[in-house]
Amino acid sequence: MLDWVSPGMNGVRVRRFATLGYVVSVLVLVLSACSPASAIPAFARKYGMPCSACHEAWPKLSPFGQQFKDNGYQLGNDRDAPIFQQAAYWPIAFRITPNWHMERNENTVVDGAGESQVLATVTTRGFDYTGMDILTAGTLAKNFSFLLVPSSDETGAFHFESVNVRFDNLLGTPWLNVKVGKFELDNLLSEKRIVTLSANGGFYQNYHFQPWLSPGLPSPSYVFGLGDNQLGIEWMGHSANDRTRVSAALLQGTDGNPDFQAGNGNAAGRAYEGYIAASQAFEAGSLGLQRVGGFAYFGQAPTYPQYSQGGAPIFGTGIGNKPYYRAGFIGMWYLKKLDFTTMYFYGHDNVFLATGTPSNLGTDGLPLGAHAPSWNGALIETHYTWSPQLILINRYELIRMKQQTLDSNPGDLGNVDALTFGFRYYPFINTRAGFAFHNEYSIVWNRKVQLSPLTGLPIDQTSSSLFFGIDFAF
Amino acid sequence: MRNILSLKFCLAVASTFIVPTGLLAQDQAAPAAKPASHMESHVGNLTGNSDVGRQLYFRYCWGCHGPHGDGNGENAPYLNIQPRNFVAAVFKCRSTPTGTLPTDEDLYNSLKRGFNFTYMPSWIALTAQERANLVAFIKTFSPRWVAEKSGTPIPVPAEPKLTVESIKHGGELFQKLECWKCHGQEGRGDGPSASTLTDSNDQPIRPYNFTYDNRSKCGKTNQDLYKIFMTGLDGTPMPSFADVVKPEDAWDLVHYLRTLQYNNPSPELTLWEGTPEGKAVVAAKRVKETATGSGFKP
Repeated sequence: MLDWVSPGMNGVRVRRFATLGYVVSVLVLVLSACSPASAIPAFARKYGMPCSACHEAWPKLSPFGQQFKDNGYQLGNDRDAPIFQQAAYWPIAFRITPNWHMERNENTVVDGAGESQVLATVTTRGFDYTGMDILTAGTLAKNFSFLLVPSSDETGAFHFESVNVRFDNLLGTPWLNVKVGKFELDNLLSEKRIVTLSANGGFYQNYHFQPWLSPGLPSPSYVFGLGDNQLGIEWMGHSANDRTRVSAALLQGTDGNPDFQAGNGNAAGRAYEGYIAASQAFEAGSLGLQRVGGFAYFGQAPTYPQYSQGGAPIFGTGIGNKPYYRAGFIGMWYLKKLDFTTMYFYGHDNVFLATGTPSNLGTDGLPLGAHAPSWNGALIETHYTWSPQLILINRYELIRMKQQTLDSNPGDLGNVDALTFGFRYYPFINTRAGFAFHNEYSIVWNRKVQLSPLTGLPIDQTSSSLFFGIDFAF
Repeated sequence: MRNILSLKFCLAVASTFIVPTGLLAQDQAAPAAKPASHMESHVGNLTGNSDVGRQLYFRYCWGCHGPHGDGNGENAPYLNIQPRNFVAAVFKCRSTPTGTLPTDEDLYNSLKRGFNFTYMPSWIALTAQERANLVAFIKTFSPRWVAEKSGTPIPVPAEPKLTVESIKHGGELFQKLECWKCHGQEGRGDGPSASTLTDSNDQPIRPYNFTYDNRSKCGKTNQDLYKIFMTGLDGTPMPSFADVVKPEDAWDLVHYLRTLQYNNPSPELTLWEGTPEGKAVVAAKRVKETATGSGFKP
């Protein structure tokens, strides 16, 4: 049995978690009595292929699925254009996940007796459901493809997750494809293809990390998310067999938000950002297809906007741009049914961005001892694909600060460790719909990000998620 | 901190090794292959393993070809070109004489190439080893692979020099062998017999339309076209002409057929259009295509 010692308002409390493994095992045993897996079922219906053809575990793409996507949602045998479909065919699908989940946040500052504040572990649990994606995609004509994804949050409030048109195989070459609109970045490890769903495990920590200004005080973040869909234009090219892939994108600095709004009250600027990615796959005998690649996201973000007479920032007027960048290398290593995805990550922010200092104040406006922060990150994600019906998932991510924003910060302020594991089980696979039991546990340790109201000293914060969901798409 | 580290370590280990034993039976849920339980394929220096290919088949192929390989996948009823029946083990694209089994390499090339104008895509995204494994598994569906050996590939003599005379002679053979009856005088696949044709499963089948593309089902090279004449497309009305056409005549026919593909530049078409006769013929076809809209490419 494992003991988990956690500080709380009542002192040291012991939590026993050894039963977790047993719960997972029992659930899997119960579900194992079920047959052959399926993301955009509209494609499965169009082509009559099981979802497992394009997805190792949807939404994670297989090499065949990646090639299909890179070809503009075309198989390339002159049966792709809508004219070949029955008139009744409508390229539409949806995905949603009813679930039960538990969220636990330790070292959370809550009201105590009187007017005091104390640290507590806050736990919420219960039945819930995720947002919904409506997925429409396909070809408008040969070599003209589109993707439109109206997406709602849990409350039913809609936004457009993807809106793009792609011109494929221009001049008859697969090396010339152009996409315009809001789209998924051509990222080898795309957050839009993540196979984990929980609140803590449903995204890549590295892709959204921004350094803390000081303990208890998050960075006055500019809008950025490497895992988010972005607005812009992308050129992408690939070899006929998709072994070599390259892309470059010019993006609007709004993190994919329309109307020049950056969301969260941030002052979106008139700045553009760039994203480049390249990868090469090679065959390793019976082990499978290995792929290595790199990416870089670089851009500028405004440090202050222009204000209206009432004092509200005017969207799209952000100025005083300062640079930032993220870069990394990714490897996807296959050992037959076992595969590892590894990533090295590096991030760097300009000191004005990191401190939220308007650049027109100059260096005199910076806090004392301020530096441009930088950090390293790493990820290893393991999958064991027992069959197209069952995939076991394990992921470990870490972030280590290399240079803190302020000299006064602890050296490990903002460091992150995140562990996620679980499995997806598809009780049936067909060419019409997708259905999966999704079960996952995720825990994230954030270092020194909280100030203890008792001692005033920085302490760690830990949050975890337990998630049991029924993920389905039709 | 030490305890937390211990916990992290244990969780990491547990998450990797928790493999419920009940799921070990999942791989066995799919129907058993008949009649051979295990086959190998040999393509170049690759050796395919049907046991591994089986997993790939049930990831990629069964939706059309069916769990039993009989072409009755759940999607088959909705396809106007029926998936291949691996139990019958009758294959169109071969390098071997009509009536014989194809070589492993023939099947491998079919997987790699796909079949244009059908729902069978190219599986070039798979690794060479994966394709070889799939070939091996496909061979476990039919007893023919146990009872018979693959045919011996037909010899393909070197292509003779392209000449106008060769093209003209090919045109004469096109008439003499009555290719036009199915493929039509202009190669559009609309000959007088076209609407009556069925395959070996009594399913309607359309003759190849040469004008649409230069990728025939069995490959796009001249050698591929040559092999189609000399091996036939088993299971279809397209017979083998190996007994009635000499190799040099077959090459002439290849050269002529290329001129029918007047939307796809080729040395044959260029040479043919360079003659007054050829220029007039091709121009007339293009005018007709525009008038009828038959060349519309969606």
